[in-house]
Amino acid sequence: MKILVCISQVPDTSTKIVLKDNNTAINNQGVTFVINPYDEWYALVRALELKEAGIASDIHLVTVGKADTEPVIRKALALGGDEAIRIDADSHDPYETANYIAEYAKTVGYDLILCGKESIDYNNGAVGAMLAELLDTDYIGFASDIQIEGNTATVKREIEGGEETDTCSLPVVIACQKGVAEARIPNMRGIMAARTRPLKVVTPGTVGSVTEILSYELPPAKAGIKMVSADNMDELVELLHAEAKVI
Amino acid sequence: MSVIVLVEHTEGNIKKKSLEAVQYAAGIAQKTGTTVSAVVLGTLADSEMENLGQYGAQKVLHVADARLDELHARAYTSALIAAAQKEGSKIIIALHDINGRAVAPRLSAKLKAGLVAGALSYPDLDKGFVIKKAVFSGKAFAFVNITSDVKVITLMPNTFQLNKGEGKATIEKLDVNFGDKDFGVKVKEVNLIKGEIPLADAQLVVSGGRGMKGPENWGLIEDLAKELGAGTACSRPVADAHWRPHHEHVGQTGGTVRPNLYIAVGISGAIQHLAGVNGSKTIVVINKDPEAPFFKAANYGVVGDALEILPRLTEAVKNFKQNHK
Repeated sequence: MKILVCISQVPDTSTKIVLKDNNTAINNQGVTFVINPYDEWYALVRALELKEAGIASDIHLVTVGKADTEPVIRKALALGGDEAIRIDADSHDPYETANYIAEYAKTVGYDLILCGKESIDYNNGAVGAMLAELLDTDYIGFASDIQIEGNTATVKREIEGGEETDTCSLPVVIACQKGVAEARIPNMRGIMAARTRPLKVVTPGTVGSVTEILSYELPPAKAGIKMVSADNMDELVELLHAEAKVI
Repeated sequence: MSVIVLVEHTEGNIKKKSLEAVQYAAGIAQKTGTTVSAVVLGTLADSEMENLGQYGAQKVLHVADARLDELHARAYTSALIAAAQKEGSKIIIALHDINGRAVAPRLSAKLKAGLVAGALSYPDLDKGFVIKKAVFSGKAFAFVNITSDVKVITLMPNTFQLNKGEGKATIEKLDVNFGDKDFGVKVKEVNLIKGEIPLADAQLVVSGGRGMKGPENWGLIEDLAKELGAGTACSRPVADAHWRPHHEHVGQTGGTVRPNLYIAVGISGAIQHLAGVNGSKTIVVINKDPEAPFFKAANYGVVGDALEILPRLTEAVKNFKQNHK
């Protein structure tokens, strides 16, 4: 069974966002880039567990990005995986990204495609379901547990106010969140091994984007905090009612 | 040429956030000189569907196939495409929630349509079709222009205030020829957590962190939540220590909440936690450490011991409710 794990490079969680070029771009200077946590902690680690359990034979990692994303995909390879593919494009449009990955995935034929529930930079959470549509497969989002038996995936997923257990046939695209696996830390052996694993660079076909980001804006600073004495909760409730109008 | 909007319902009632989506669709229809056709999938009474007229829908297209009472993303996609074809629609709207996020990207891929996921504004038509959305987990906003002919939008719930008007929507039955693939995912089991308010939709949330000192003190959080009619949440360390179930964990790697009021009790406010709550309209922080970073992101703050303050606050809410009956 072949598994493809979609990896996205994102700014580290603690990054302070700074804009440049008249607010039309993000200033990446001094920003630390990491593997999108949902892709790394859940999707990738679950794929590795499936390989360790003898269920999966090959784990491939794919990212859409320019050469500057290679350190991050190498870091992902240090956790495990047999080979990595970098699709050489700079895309901020989920439609474009999904088309590039689908185009490559069709050349291999994966039984299972795992991604994180969303990337923490653009927060679209759209590539997984788009991939499923482009590959004519099922898609299960917000997964918290994935079991594979033969040709069937059994997946627990979040629903409003609880959880649901679904089954479907492979191939399927599953977007992962907390619960799917426990995060791992790469060890020295993995880091050394990652250096020797193949990192293929693929030139994509022409897709063209259907959205463009024109500009960015930072949220307004909080207009000061009102402190309320711990002995005066009636005042707090009154403020929430009369001023904030939330109760 | 109408604007198509997917309407979600549960236990015979249309969800409030879907009324928001219909109203949003109506706003876009007004800007683009067209009308709104709401799409209802599965079993729902006509009287409930007609009420969508009060929020700006002229028409409801009802696909009354009972299999659609559960989410089947591919069937939903087929139904919405059938509705869009019937109406000659170029704009399709769903919610930025579990269901909408399973369906809208499929529509986008199928129709070669640009998607804005998590819209926070009406489109600005002066610059094209430009919509504001949060990026970097709320640390910035992006203005995204959809350049394709067909456009798909998921609206972030709890973004716009509802304004109920007059009107009745007309109902048309829509038959869709579904294929086997449309129902490829089989639902084996559903576990609903009884009596809890789903966090993603909660208007009010009371959330506890390590400052609660242990799971035995959670009754204090629950008492306040009950008095307010709020959902309960927690920080990551609390979920990791198994004081609370994982589905309550909000933050960068847990869930995201966007309530009108978020009360954080004994949570220091690490940046990862803020990423899950910074869409909240009003934040109250209760913490014994006056230097806790969360105070910087809060509207109201109380410095003191959570275990002493919570019962007082619950009592104050109780009194307030009695005086405002």
